[in-house]
Amino acid sequence: MTSKTQIESLQRAVPVSRRGFIGGLSVGILGAAAAEAAGTESLGDVPDRGPGADLGAHSERSRFVKLDRIPEATPGKRNVEPSDAINSKTPHQKLVGNITPTDLHYERSHSGVPDIDPAQHRLLIHGLVEKPLVFSVEDLKRMPSVTRVVFIECTGNGWENWKKADPDLTVQNTHGLVSTNEWTGVPLRFLIDLVAKDKGSNWMLAEGGDGAGVDRSIPLTEEIVNEAFVAYGQNGEPLRPAHGFPMRLVMPGFEGNLNIKWLRRLKFGTAPWMTRWETARYTQLLANGKARQFQLRMETNSVITQPSGMMQIQPGYNRISGLAWSGHGKIAKVEISTDGARTWKQAQLSLPVLSKAQVRFQMDWVWDGKPTRIVSRSTDEQGNVQPDRQSFIAAMGTNALFHYNAQQTWSIDEAGRVRNVLA
Amino acid sequence: MSSRNKLFLAGILTAGMLSAPALAFDFGRPATPDEIKLWDIDVSPDGKGLPDGSGTAAQGKQIFADNCAVCHGDNGQGGIKDRLAGGQGTLASNMPVKTVGSFWPYATTLYDYIHRAMPYPTPGSLSAGETYAVTAYILSLNGIVPADGKVDKASLPKIRMPNRDGFIPEPEFDPAKLFRKK
Repeated sequence: MTSKTQIESLQRAVPVSRRGFIGGLSVGILGAAAAEAAGTESLGDVPDRGPGADLGAHSERSRFVKLDRIPEATPGKRNVEPSDAINSKTPHQKLVGNITPTDLHYERSHSGVPDIDPAQHRLLIHGLVEKPLVFSVEDLKRMPSVTRVVFIECTGNGWENWKKADPDLTVQNTHGLVSTNEWTGVPLRFLIDLVAKDKGSNWMLAEGGDGAGVDRSIPLTEEIVNEAFVAYGQNGEPLRPAHGFPMRLVMPGFEGNLNIKWLRRLKFGTAPWMTRWETARYTQLLANGKARQFQLRMETNSVITQPSGMMQIQPGYNRISGLAWSGHGKIAKVEISTDGARTWKQAQLSLPVLSKAQVRFQMDWVWDGKPTRIVSRSTDEQGNVQPDRQSFIAAMGTNALFHYNAQQTWSIDEAGRVRNVLA
Repeated sequence: MSSRNKLFLAGILTAGMLSAPALAFDFGRPATPDEIKLWDIDVSPDGKGLPDGSGTAAQGKQIFADNCAVCHGDNGQGGIKDRLAGGQGTLASNMPVKTVGSFWPYATTLYDYIHRAMPYPTPGSLSAGETYAVTAYILSLNGIVPADGKVDKASLPKIRMPNRDGFIPEPEFDPAKLFRKK
């Protein structure tokens, strides 16, 4: 049995005997499911116990579980050869909880994944500083550290749906460019103090050690100086090469592209450098032909992951679940509509809700078997509400390509088929 | 940021202040001016960071054919990767074509990007003169410098790109206002 069918088994029709069991009466669903299955199977069919495989140096996934990212190119260019891919997307439709497994964290790389020997890697910090310094990975590991769970999101997340909604997309296609991991590293403020940054410097250039030398100008606001850090740890181990080994910048709540991977240089100055990525690339073209620049913060967002695109549900009980996140701080609430955004009910959040991290939401739903549309909308602690698609497009046009955070609607037809649609 | 994080950072700062001289020695080593020069490749819109040397569009045409056309197409169009020329007047249409000529606000960024990231298989392999030449050639394809034009560190920052005023800074991070409120 694959994990997909396991998840689908959770969505099978189960008569709901009482409302609100997600709040604690989980025995309700188990009992109901067992009653339904009783006629078709017996405990005698379950294979006998016995000694298992040898213990190993690593624990691999079960052979019954298949979880993969999918490498993709620009909108509409899916199922490409890995050599043509520019990103690789997280399979949210198959995941549970808040944390993305390390090997399934989405990836956007601009010149492949460099193979860096940490012993030979150096971080240069210079520019408007009193003491330009060079650090090794070991230097960083000796410093005071912070550990924090945050989402990182490519600004291209959601870009499949700007102009149209291909009906056969999964949530991995539409929203696979955001993930949440625990990162460990050295506070930017600590490094700033070590090099004795000039007080007149308010902008920092961060540059990667990849072939493209990806670089971005970062405004040194109080929030950023307080929260940014140079990470060497990811979910308790050294960074994976795809995510910046041996060190990367982590910028909680900000554009994925600012979280410079394979970090090798920080330079302090007084104005943005106007790099290719902050002018020609990650700017948002509006309907009037002007482009929005320095839209650095990731917006309030959410998406229903179960049930989602290309799944099929049965009438009766269905649990709706998904993920919500905001670059502004904590998610305050998530509402779900099961009637095409006419009425809304508040979903339950999986505690604790962390600032600038994805949070799982869920809600009971009994589907009456009639075609409908399901959609989620999140609100963060600053009061920002995820926009409906119509008002979002009215403000941004359809050419922006990046920073798409409109509500995601899934249609469900009379056969229970879930499909990607525009609201 | 949580108050716990604030307290933690405050703790680091206090420790830093108490033992600041020791910390500078304890972590990292001083960077020498010579080695900084090796890595200090960024170019600003005011031309800061541009090296000596120069190149012409005519020289750039051959260098482009040898190093760039395989991905970007002859004349910067029709290749498998980003289109570099044309597209002016399309930005407000339903099919905007973003190229160096139609979209890029600064010519200095073109030099910086070619030097740091191109050619894709061997970034940084072009000399300063070759990089100027390819820059001039791509600008000439867009009618921004003449076909016999030349660029160097004095002329490049003075080029006014067609879409120079095509960007609206997000108010929260507008460089013109961001650090002036305080």
